[in-house]
Amino acid sequence: MMSADRISISQFLSLRSGGKRVNTADALTYLYLTFGTVLMFGPVLWLVASSFKTQAGLVKYPPPLLPYQQVQVEVEGFDEALPLFTVAMEDGSSRELAQIRRVGIEARMIDPADPAEGEIKVNIRQREPVEEVKLAWENYLDPLVELENFDFVTYLKNSVLVTTMATAITLVINSMAAFALSKYQFKGRDAIFVLFISTLMIPITVILVPVFLVITTIGWKNNLWGVIIPGAATPTGIFLLRQYMLTIPDELLDAARIDGASEWHIYWRIILPLARPALAVLAIFSVMWRWNDFLWPLIVLSRNDLFTLQVGLNAFQGELQIQWHYVLAMTVVTLLPITLVFAFLQRFITTGIATTGMK
Amino acid sequence: MGGSGREPLRLLNLVEPITRPLLLIPVAVVEFILTPIQKRVGIDKMGYFFVLPNLLIFGIFVLFPMLLNFYYAMTGGTKLFPQDRPFVGLDNFATLFDCEDFLSPNSCQEDLFWRGISNTIQFVVFQVSGIVLFSLVTALVLNRKIVARGFFRSVFFYPVLLSPVVVALIWKWVLQHEGLLNAIVEIFGGESKRWLLDTNWAMFWVVFVSVWALMGFYTLILLAGLQSIPPELYEASSIDGANHWQDFRFVTMPLLMPTMFVVLVLSLIRAVQMFDHIFVLTGGGPGTRTQLMVQYIYTTGFSNQIQLFGLSAAASMVLGISLLILTLLQLRLGNQSSLA
Repeated sequence: MMSADRISISQFLSLRSGGKRVNTADALTYLYLTFGTVLMFGPVLWLVASSFKTQAGLVKYPPPLLPYQQVQVEVEGFDEALPLFTVAMEDGSSRELAQIRRVGIEARMIDPADPAEGEIKVNIRQREPVEEVKLAWENYLDPLVELENFDFVTYLKNSVLVTTMATAITLVINSMAAFALSKYQFKGRDAIFVLFISTLMIPITVILVPVFLVITTIGWKNNLWGVIIPGAATPTGIFLLRQYMLTIPDELLDAARIDGASEWHIYWRIILPLARPALAVLAIFSVMWRWNDFLWPLIVLSRNDLFTLQVGLNAFQGELQIQWHYVLAMTVVTLLPITLVFAFLQRFITTGIATTGMK
Repeated sequence: MGGSGREPLRLLNLVEPITRPLLLIPVAVVEFILTPIQKRVGIDKMGYFFVLPNLLIFGIFVLFPMLLNFYYAMTGGTKLFPQDRPFVGLDNFATLFDCEDFLSPNSCQEDLFWRGISNTIQFVVFQVSGIVLFSLVTALVLNRKIVARGFFRSVFFYPVLLSPVVVALIWKWVLQHEGLLNAIVEIFGGESKRWLLDTNWAMFWVVFVSVWALMGFYTLILLAGLQSIPPELYEASSIDGANHWQDFRFVTMPLLMPTMFVVLVLSLIRAVQMFDHIFVLTGGGPGTRTQLMVQYIYTTGFSNQIQLFGLSAAASMVLGISLLILTLLQLRLGNQSSLA
């Protein structure tokens, strides 16, 4: 590096933190990153912004960036709030008037500041709505109360139930199996391990029909258990946990046995606490898989009150008249938990995936 | 798992106070049952017990269905239960492969199946090349000395976590006729379109959206590959007077090849099974333009009025065999590339 006193101004301006000059490669790099950020976040932000627009606001084209709503004013003598307009008067001046009702091309208006003046008749082409930025929270609140064909609260409950139950079951049975496969010598152990792992690349899409038969025979069609159980014995989880448990020294187990601990006690009190980092990884992946799962729930669940969020959202957006204002708001709610988890565990997830190579 | 295992553990600490008391009784019951058993069978045989729950679920919901699928593929009718289904031998496969000319789906009895295959091949070619190209460029960019690298890394990764339904809805909203894209296109003097109803554009957008949603995952894998290249190699090459392009061509690329291969195979295997995003985004339309193989399996077996489980199972076996070939190819080439 050159010494500070000999740097000219232009050289100084082109300095980077690394001490090199800003070159075309750097310019291109940041151009790419800026463009990438807009492309990756833009659509999501657009969804969020749109979800706060009213139904009337959503059909405006070209779409305004922010959610505007017409200003409503309370006027003395009227029970309901009236929409406010800017009216161009005959004499060239303009006034802000509230509309009482519209008859054909004529609007009956009233001055909110001076209701005593009485009705003013105006041609509808002379008035422009007065708008303000206002968030349409009703898009979020209506579905919570009750919306025909879209029972958001039930879907949310089902999704949470499926996700937590499935993750808990996966963690328990996978860790038990991984414990057996890593710490015991029994006949057929290696064969069982190979059997589990060989199905890593076999997705449920290849065996939809027979799994559906099994589910129907058990009586789990239109039952959340039919969604929860089939995917619980994940080969990924077994592999991950077994590799981790192999690193736990056998001496620990032997010492516990000498102290009279039962095998179950060893599993529950020694192995599980020690395998917590691996369990946490599997838990996060399992939550992601189950929360986002679509095809299998779509097949198992045909009753509206059993839908998970993903299936319910798909059914709702597939209706003839898409109620976009609700669809958008509920999409935002659906992506919110994952976004929060990501914000919280961002560094961990990215490094975790990069090192384990699974998703 | 690296050294950054602390955050999820903190999360686990939040959950444990709730789960622990809940589990106390079942855990005690299991221990009560198991202790006499352990006394009888000895320690090593307890392995069978621990592997049992997982093995049962695996056997009932994975292994048994895998075997049963062969039988389904050879039966006909619309009944679900195997005892009600007539054995038809290879008829389902004959139906699927009944084609005058395999290159034109219209000449096939099951034209939808072949259209699905032809669409899948197109989709896979474009999507996988898109993913490999963009995740490579992004990984190379993120591997440079840049400010806020962690932020930019998560920017590209964020869509990976979103559910396919959410991803599809986000883009359906942007691409709709009165949508953001058309507004932007019109600003630049272009013509607005119904993008997802346009035969020429629908496949493009389906590929685009899935690349958008998935490339972050492969970017991370490639980034890990890039960071494992020892910096001494670049120092050596700069002593030899290599320029940036030569660095890339003779140091980065050869060392990144194994990782590129993993990305290629993983994205290939996933592209062949693509369903969720497309089903919500276009429903396979316009017409059957974006209907892929898995959607054929789903419609034939489950969403059509007449449910042809046999045909669906036969089609899923074709899919399974394609996946098997891809996996074997991976093992074969993977071994070669690690030997090289």
